[in-house]
Amino acid sequence: MGIAAMLGAPIKRREDPRLITGQATYVDDMKLLGMLHMTVLRSTYGHAQISSINTDAASQLPGVVAVITAQDLKNKVGNIPVAAPLPPHITRGMGRRLPLADGKVRFYGDPVAIVVAENRYVARDALDLIEIDYEPLPVVSDVEKAMQPDAPLLYPEFGTNVAVSMHPSSEAIDNIFAETIANGGVIIKERIVNQRLAPSAMETRGVIAEFRKSDSTLNLWSSSQIPHLLRNYLAEQLGLLQHQVRVIVPEVGGGFGSKLNIYPEEALAAFAAMQTGRPVKWIEDRDENLAATIHGRDQVNYVEAAATKEGRVTALKFHVISDLGSYLQFFTDVIAIAFTLPMLSGSYAVPHVYSRCDIVFTNKAPTDAYRGAGRPEATYMVERALDLIARAVKRDPAEVRLLNFVQPEQFPHTMATGALYDSGNYAAALEKALDLIEYDKLRAEQHQKRARGKLVGIGISSYVEICGIGPKGVAPFGLYESARVRIEQTGTVIVYTGTSPHGQGEETTFAQLISNEFGIPIEDVLILHGDTNSTPEGRGTYGSRTTAVGGTAVYQGSLRLKEKMKTIAAAMLEANPSDVSLEDGKFSVAGTPQKSVSFAQVAAAANTSNTLPMDIEPGLETTVFFEPEACTFPFGTHICAVEVDPDTGEVEITRYIAVDDCGKQINPLLVAGQIHGGIVQGIGQALYEEVVYNEEGQLLTTTFMDYAMPIAPYLPALELEHTVTPTLVNPLGVKGVGEAGTIGSTPAVVAAVADALGVAHIDMPLKAEKLWRIIHHQ
Amino acid sequence: MATKRSITITVNGQQHQSEIEPRMLLVHYLREILDLTGTHIGCNTSQCGACVVLLNGEAVKACTVLAMQAHGCEITTIEGLAPAGELHPIQTGFWEKHGLQCGFCTPGMIMSSYQLLKDNPHPTEDEICKGLEGNICRCTGYQNIVRAVQDAAEHMSTETSIPVSTQN
Ligand code: FES
Ligand code: FES
Repeated sequence: MGIAAMLGAPIKRREDPRLITGQATYVDDMKLLGMLHMTVLRSTYGHAQISSINTDAASQLPGVVAVITAQDLKNKVGNIPVAAPLPPHITRGMGRRLPLADGKVRFYGDPVAIVVAENRYVARDALDLIEIDYEPLPVVSDVEKAMQPDAPLLYPEFGTNVAVSMHPSSEAIDNIFAETIANGGVIIKERIVNQRLAPSAMETRGVIAEFRKSDSTLNLWSSSQIPHLLRNYLAEQLGLLQHQVRVIVPEVGGGFGSKLNIYPEEALAAFAAMQTGRPVKWIEDRDENLAATIHGRDQVNYVEAAATKEGRVTALKFHVISDLGSYLQFFTDVIAIAFTLPMLSGSYAVPHVYSRCDIVFTNKAPTDAYRGAGRPEATYMVERALDLIARAVKRDPAEVRLLNFVQPEQFPHTMATGALYDSGNYAAALEKALDLIEYDKLRAEQHQKRARGKLVGIGISSYVEICGIGPKGVAPFGLYESARVRIEQTGTVIVYTGTSPHGQGEETTFAQLISNEFGIPIEDVLILHGDTNSTPEGRGTYGSRTTAVGGTAVYQGSLRLKEKMKTIAAAMLEANPSDVSLEDGKFSVAGTPQKSVSFAQVAAAANTSNTLPMDIEPGLETTVFFEPEACTFPFGTHICAVEVDPDTGEVEITRYIAVDDCGKQINPLLVAGQIHGGIVQGIGQALYEEVVYNEEGQLLTTTFMDYAMPIAPYLPALELEHTVTPTLVNPLGVKGVGEAGTIGSTPAVVAAVADALGVAHIDMPLKAEKLWRIIHHQ
Repeated sequence: MATKRSITITVNGQQHQSEIEPRMLLVHYLREILDLTGTHIGCNTSQCGACVVLLNGEAVKACTVLAMQAHGCEITTIEGLAPAGELHPIQTGFWEKHGLQCGFCTPGMIMSSYQLLKDNPHPTEDEICKGLEGNICRCTGYQNIVRAVQDAAEHMSTETSIPVSTQN
């Protein structure tokens, strides 16, 4: 392949050879000399007072080196970090905790004690020897019950479970609703549950901590999406200086937001290493992962919409109730407020949008960012509302969407929610999807099949989401990204990125950017990430930001070095720098193309320096920080066709079309991979997945037997297409694609099933038994 | 600590003799005693398939086999699927078709695909999906995994269709 064709090329990934041969190194693949193993004793109660802990027997088990409880951490280890504590209560400490439960446990899986031992079997055995007396407390696991005045309280000193309550006056919006009805319009109202999910990366979390007492340095390997943030906050939590902590993120087996966090076990492994003077490894078991790694979603939403009799939406009104679980993890408190509320107008030009919001503690695991983080919830509400309106005005859901879209010439566009959308062409994506699935024909077939008693349905979702996060001021730390680009004497380009890819493939896409810019083979480019001692301060990989923000930093770094190389080449060629250009790996002079020096020759000259003029600084290295001025708003339309078996209630997805617009694509093979995976996670939410607690706060979904993950035989062939509406927010014109599939798919699947059954709405997951009951009116 | 027992296992063509606790799982034996860390642990309740290896040529979930049970057996792990420096056509298929993202499920997927293609060298899409129902991938949505196995099937059948007399 010509190098000029690098951008937009579906080249296969450079990270794969190590992964397909078993040579990649994940945290659990590492051994350090003298390494101990840590296990965590967790609460089996949803809410209880700890009246006593006896660790004697565990400590005496041969092979056990230490048993640690909250008492040991006091004044030595700080609380679990929270990125943006919100007033009034969280700023005063509500929902904050030490890494081990101090006097009280508040969810099934709450860590109570740790054991460190010579091997993992002994460490596991010792857990059974720790004696704890619990006094059970009343449990509240239902978020709406938790809001009641007589609910059991997780934090009695605050007198409520509601951490933040935003209830602006609804007078104005109520007037619009009344006006719409007076004018012959329609209104709809629905309670919509967005159930709790377990992110379930296939690699569970894992940590190794190593502490050198002589100079108080901590090396911490962690399966994380955020090496620098982890380093910064962990240092503070442990009372160390930032430079005393080095975080290394080796191969990471998936994150989906669940590793965008600073967890108790990171501080605990570090503390244990500091106490014992030996390296300590902790690897999470799957049951711990399902119980105590963050969960996602978990909102109960009340949705109301008003529309003209043609289906033009005049107003949307929402009450968003976000279930925080029992404690705050890094972004727990801001998911609904920062990512759900701004997206509550979807891709529609709705003049009035009102939302009230409550974020509430319950006796469950903390929720936090899970693929889409707040946007899937918003999209689901808005898309369900559009479907309900279409039903109310008896028009096709596609028509109602076309009637309400923000139009391409209106961008950049400030929505009624206040969100500023950069670009979009929503009708184009929808129409393309309709064409691909031959919508009219499909609807006609549906009528015929229905006449024969078949339960067939079609669902549409026209989503929009926020990516490329994010501008100044949206988080307490700047959400910039960084790249250090270095060109070695031999002409090899090494990029140290502040992002932390873990499956997304930026070792390939970033190399494509460099290869394209310099006209050198991709083999001459190396992309390094995940070590806070060598990479510049970065913010990590999440929020579909790695290419839009991190890729731009890489690109700008390459531009800077290209300029410097031109100056050097000009000196070598005795020409004017402005006459020198770089093409296909050669610097040449305008008008005399035979006068040229190669990329490698310039790299050698810069690095050896002896032949450089005195006014040129030796070396080729630069560090760039890129902070976007605004976010990007990728969009698309997904259409799903289903058939429900009336005898079993099972759903078969018969067609699935996705037309996504993530702006320019650097590597379409990888873009498609992200969309495939995203769609299937969204289908998983729609049809199968749900974290379940009982009334006593016991977790019932503790293994993959009970938590139903999508597997290959359940799934349809996905048909993908795209439109390209570049963004002006970054020079690459890319928007982000990691979460789009998940955001777009869920509403399409639910709409299709509701359509098949001829009902307005069914809460997820749409399991066979639930559907069978609806079909048979049970 | 329980008394140790002696076992002999041949892994990737190499014989190993070890003293181990009888309760040690095969997956821990491979990973921790032999340092063959390509075999992963994703669930330890026999659902995810990240730990699949071949035991006497048949795919098993190494998290549900005791190392003792493999005494006297031949094991093949992802590290031994192809001679050093070469790729098995299934590995190539996963690479060509972007059948992996984070790669954590991949060794198990590849070993299960090996079994699948051994039983059925020309599987349909549905048969591939069915054959991989014991393997969970959270990243790829399986679409490209199916393509990877199809790609492998094509290449394996052309390779084996070369008459033996003309080989080498
Ligand atoms: S680890 Fe063996 S099946 Fe999951
Ligand atoms: S590639 Fe990540 S779990 Fe399959």
